[in-house]
Amino acid sequence: MKEILPDAVACHLLRELAPQVLGAVVRRFRDFAAAEDAVQDAMLAAFKQWPREGVPENPRGWLIQVASRRMTDQVRSEIARRQRETAVGRDVETMAPARDIDSDTDIDPDDTLILLFMCCHPALTSSSAIALMLRAVGGLTTAEIANAFLVPEATMAQRISRAKQSIQASGVPFRLPFPRERAERLPAVLHVLYLIFNEGYTSSIGTHLQRLDLAREAIRLTHCAKALLPDDAEVAGLLALMLLTDARRAARTGPDEELIPLDKQDRTLWDRAQISQGIALLTSVLSKGSVGPYRLQAAIAAVHDEALRAEDTDWPQIVALYELLKLVAPSPMVTLNHAIAAAMVHGPLKGLELLKTLDRDGRLAGHHRLEAARAHLLEMLGDHEAAVQHYRAAAGLTASLPERNYLMAQAARLAEATTTIPTQSPNIDC
Amino acid sequence: MKYILMMNIPKAGYAVFGAWSQTDIQANVAFLKGFNRKLGDSGEFVAAEGLALPDLAKVVRAGKDGVPITDGVFPESKEFLAGYLIVDVESAKRAYEIAAIWSAAPGPRGLPLNMPIEVRQVMSGAAGELP
Repeated sequence: MKEILPDAVACHLLRELAPQVLGAVVRRFRDFAAAEDAVQDAMLAAFKQWPREGVPENPRGWLIQVASRRMTDQVRSEIARRQRETAVGRDVETMAPARDIDSDTDIDPDDTLILLFMCCHPALTSSSAIALMLRAVGGLTTAEIANAFLVPEATMAQRISRAKQSIQASGVPFRLPFPRERAERLPAVLHVLYLIFNEGYTSSIGTHLQRLDLAREAIRLTHCAKALLPDDAEVAGLLALMLLTDARRAARTGPDEELIPLDKQDRTLWDRAQISQGIALLTSVLSKGSVGPYRLQAAIAAVHDEALRAEDTDWPQIVALYELLKLVAPSPMVTLNHAIAAAMVHGPLKGLELLKTLDRDGRLAGHHRLEAARAHLLEMLGDHEAAVQHYRAAAGLTASLPERNYLMAQAARLAEATTTIPTQSPNIDC
Repeated sequence: MKYILMMNIPKAGYAVFGAWSQTDIQANVAFLKGFNRKLGDSGEFVAAEGLALPDLAKVVRAGKDGVPITDGVFPESKEFLAGYLIVDVESAKRAYEIAAIWSAAPGPRGLPLNMPIEVRQVMSGAAGELP
């Protein structure tokens, strides 16, 4: 008896099955690039057929069968092409698989994990790795991915195809990397998941309502990675970071899609259930081994989330966490956030002093974040004239429209306040 | 990161274009076709358009009650946008490389035109959290 499911459910089921189906087809045909295309075809066929005719009794087997048929057809036409070219006949059966589809024995729980590592192959650029991950592991269609990144579908198809060619050319076998290799490659996997989340979270502004929710997809994929790597505390840390950040989503923009900084957000809009979930997850892994950057960032997000009012924020705790983060994973952006947090505890002069190290460092020179942070600290100090200048400089340097609007509004607010009411409360965000 | 690459051609250049030989025009058209195809193949192409010649250009302003007032292109305009290309690339450096390839499109006698290409970053809707 076939079950008729609404589109959303069919969609979810398909995405969950995609990496398992791909794993089965790759192991059978030993051609990752072609198998990935065949699975995409099978998914598209299911998208059309399932909502109308109902989900087959064994959906996984159905997908493997359709994808395998595509592969066989492809092999046949390839042989036909060669026959035309060389006039040498070859038996189709020697290349096409003869055995029947038994979807249960075809499933290897490691397949999804193998694919996670494969999609984050060092030969790929991050944009290629992201696209391939969303398709091969996330089970999304090329059209959905193209739409999420606002590029034409043909461009995204090419990007994915090239990514697969690079992997194929590198000769990496379809198996789990060895333990040492795995430890080396895991940060790349986490980074790609983090980038997908970030793309989704930061782009959730705007009228692109039809766009795929990449933040949700990243959370789903990270959940999956966590289930596959239960002993890795950083995977759990990354998931906690995503949950704790995403929980604030409803509050981060106003009715005109303007950015609202953390200290001005309506905290009743924060998703308390998701915050509890994130904190519980983080607590369970915080003391596991030496602490990594994702757990530390999650801890910082948790401290913010725990404060019911902005003025209740435990800034000394945040400063301490940034100091740890500076040791574990130093970067100019960490230094910048540390400076802002330090200013909340020790005053703006301390923050400005810490920012000076970034001028010498040079990596953030001419970056709008540095200008914005300086503007913010100068405002705290009461030097409104200089703050306005730095807000405007920051606005000129950002390529993000919502950020530019926000920074221009900050400059305008301060410039107007300077001539009328001299004191304004500063805005804090991290 | 998305960048728009704009090719501006001096007004005088348009007049000269009419004087190109057939071979030169063919070579230029073939170059542009290949150029766009390669960007599609590399997964970087977003959009491209060529614009009609300045003869058809109008400058429009809103008049009283928003009624459009059209003018011919002002004689003091020295350059005109000939076409644009939008690419989605990994870095600004890559956008400059693409611009340089376009700039060297073949002109008369097959020599590179070395046209100036204005490269500007396209604003995104994405935003991080700011202090």
